[in-house]
Amino acid sequence: MGKEKEISSKQLTTDNSQLKMKDIILKAENISKQYRLGQVGTGTLKHDLNRWWHAIRGKEDPYLKIGETNDRSTKGESDYVWALQDINFEIAKGEVVGIIGKNGAGKSTLLKILSRVTAPTTGSVKFGGRVASLLEVGTGFNGEMTGRENIFLNGAILGMTKKEIASKLDEIIEFSGCERYIDTPVKRYSSGMYVRLAFAVAAFLEPEILIVDEVLAVGDAEFQKKAIGKMQDISKGQGRTVLFVSHNMAAVKSLCTRGIVLENGGVVFEGKIDSCLSRYINDYDSKNALILDMCSINNSNIQIKDIKINNSNSCEIKLNADSNLLFIQVTGFIREEISFDLEARFFDKYDNPLAFYSPSHFSGMPPKYSKGSFLIEKKIQFPENINKGDVFMKIYLTHPGLETFLETKENILVSFDGFKMKNSWSFEIEKSGFMFLK
Amino acid sequence: MNQRDKYEKDWLFEITPKNKFFSLNLKEVWQYRDLLILFVKRDIVTVYKQTVLGPLWYLIQPLFTSITFTIVFNNLAGISTGKVPSFLFNLASITVWNYFTACFTGTSNTFVSNAGIFGKVYFPRIIAPLTTVISNLLKFGIQLFVFFVFYVYFYWKGAPLSFNWTTLFFPFSIVLMGVLGLGLGMIISSMVTKYRDFSYLIGFGVQLLMYVSAVIYPMALIEEKIPEYAWIIQYNPLAYIIETTRYMLLGVGEFPVGGMLYTLVLTFCIFITGVLLFNRTEKNFIDTV
Repeated sequence: MGKEKEISSKQLTTDNSQLKMKDIILKAENISKQYRLGQVGTGTLKHDLNRWWHAIRGKEDPYLKIGETNDRSTKGESDYVWALQDINFEIAKGEVVGIIGKNGAGKSTLLKILSRVTAPTTGSVKFGGRVASLLEVGTGFNGEMTGRENIFLNGAILGMTKKEIASKLDEIIEFSGCERYIDTPVKRYSSGMYVRLAFAVAAFLEPEILIVDEVLAVGDAEFQKKAIGKMQDISKGQGRTVLFVSHNMAAVKSLCTRGIVLENGGVVFEGKIDSCLSRYINDYDSKNALILDMCSINNSNIQIKDIKINNSNSCEIKLNADSNLLFIQVTGFIREEISFDLEARFFDKYDNPLAFYSPSHFSGMPPKYSKGSFLIEKKIQFPENINKGDVFMKIYLTHPGLETFLETKENILVSFDGFKMKNSWSFEIEKSGFMFLK
Repeated sequence: MNQRDKYEKDWLFEITPKNKFFSLNLKEVWQYRDLLILFVKRDIVTVYKQTVLGPLWYLIQPLFTSITFTIVFNNLAGISTGKVPSFLFNLASITVWNYFTACFTGTSNTFVSNAGIFGKVYFPRIIAPLTTVISNLLKFGIQLFVFFVFYVYFYWKGAPLSFNWTTLFFPFSIVLMGVLGLGLGMIISSMVTKYRDFSYLIGFGVQLLMYVSAVIYPMALIEEKIPEYAWIIQYNPLAYIIETTRYMLLGVGEFPVGGMLYTLVLTFCIFITGVLLFNRTEKNFIDTV
């Protein structure tokens, strides 16, 4: 009762009428994390000396008082930002909690603090059980060593003893499905096998608290299913506490019982997972954002000048049933000859794929662009019978199967006006699916 | 909020902004002993993978350095090593000196070279420098074996070689060397994370250090030839350890009792300082590395 609530002030007042009945296994109190922007050089040396001078006189760190909220789209005055500010929460034994938030909300920083990779600037976190964190699968894998040797090494890095690993070795090998290659150095593995083996080790960890980053976003579909199944076993079957951070809304929804929504370094919502997801999705305030700002470029040989969709650079697009056309224009500059093409993928709000556009898959080869400026113009024509509602688009510049040069990190919202029946009624995507079949 | 107090049970551990002023965390290191063993194994097994000569490389490097030093410093420059064959003198010094440099440079790179692992998972960070010291100890063992092979050869050829009672303490001086390398390395490692200048400094610093550490000459020689600069060597704890180990193995020079006491105290201080700085750095280095 009343466990879900908006958090208006920075001080979180958790209603612990339910929590106190349970056994609290993790408690975060006032954690904040400050980062310094810019490069390390003589400027930082000056700050370090000043900080040290304050410290030996027994005074407070002068740079802790300053610092701005971490809003990366606005240009700040200060060299210091707060990636996290006054985070408070408690997690009871056996809970599966999802931490969600946009890019830059502070999820990864929080995870790093919880998994002891870095320390908070202020505040503390208390643990009532053994913790294992999976920020990555296959940490410490050594290419020269065999699969079997790496199982032991990786297991030990994750906190298992040799004896524990040895007793689970057969299960791990079986789960990974790499039995045949187990005595081959892992540098000879395919990337898929590598990930399977790495995940298999992690899956057999037996901590009281498990902290998981988006490691499920690896491997093929079959393996992802297996991995999510295993996660469900761990949380539901074995009653372990799990903290799960992901952009994959479908996975979060199916795994977690409770959620915490982060925004600009603060907790803005805490409650049942469904309420969290709808809060997160409604809060998608990308109205003023430009498509260009959400792009991440993975290759330094490519520069993007502008991306326009239907002659607008906003990342919210409305389509009416008469045209249902997306006209995408990308202009930019390349430093060497590259073959690539535009791709677009469409998802519903739970990240389930709906449609895929890739002309170079269709034709077999992406076109070659020579050094200098380039312009890509693509028209995506949807059929007229798309239902009414919102879908999310991601666009890529890619050489399929080889390299992705550019991808949008956040979704571009495409709102369909909807296919109208004779009585001018339209069906909604959320209830009736993507398309109405005539 | 008071109701919650009864739930303030015994927490297993707590994450705080700073570490305790001084903690070795031996209990935690013990829990992760398997990791230490596996890391050492990884270091030993993978170094010379995909080479033809494999572990022979461990032997080639000190042998060729000794030959070069013998030709340049003893035959050409005429540094006298007394009754002991110059080659054996150099081999003993270089073997011990190599152990120090390997520990020192390996440890000083701890944070930078392990950033990938440290950034993803927690285990007691001190495991990494300990790994360096232990795996280099094994490497040192192999090189020492080669030394003994040549020792026997020269003994058989009639060189006046003999062990004395101090030889029994040889392992202690090696441990001292390792601890000194570990301590100095940890001090540098905590500074390298933010300012990479230090990694360049030690790059050539170690080479220069060798010349003031009595590696290629007996300590007495410098006191005899350039007494005005002898203080550099007399303040250098490394020189005492090298001189002592040579006395233990070959019976040359003298056993510097006062110097070794000084070295012992200084090594202890350096080690404590190293642990202190390491403790301070390990919590947040990932933000600056």
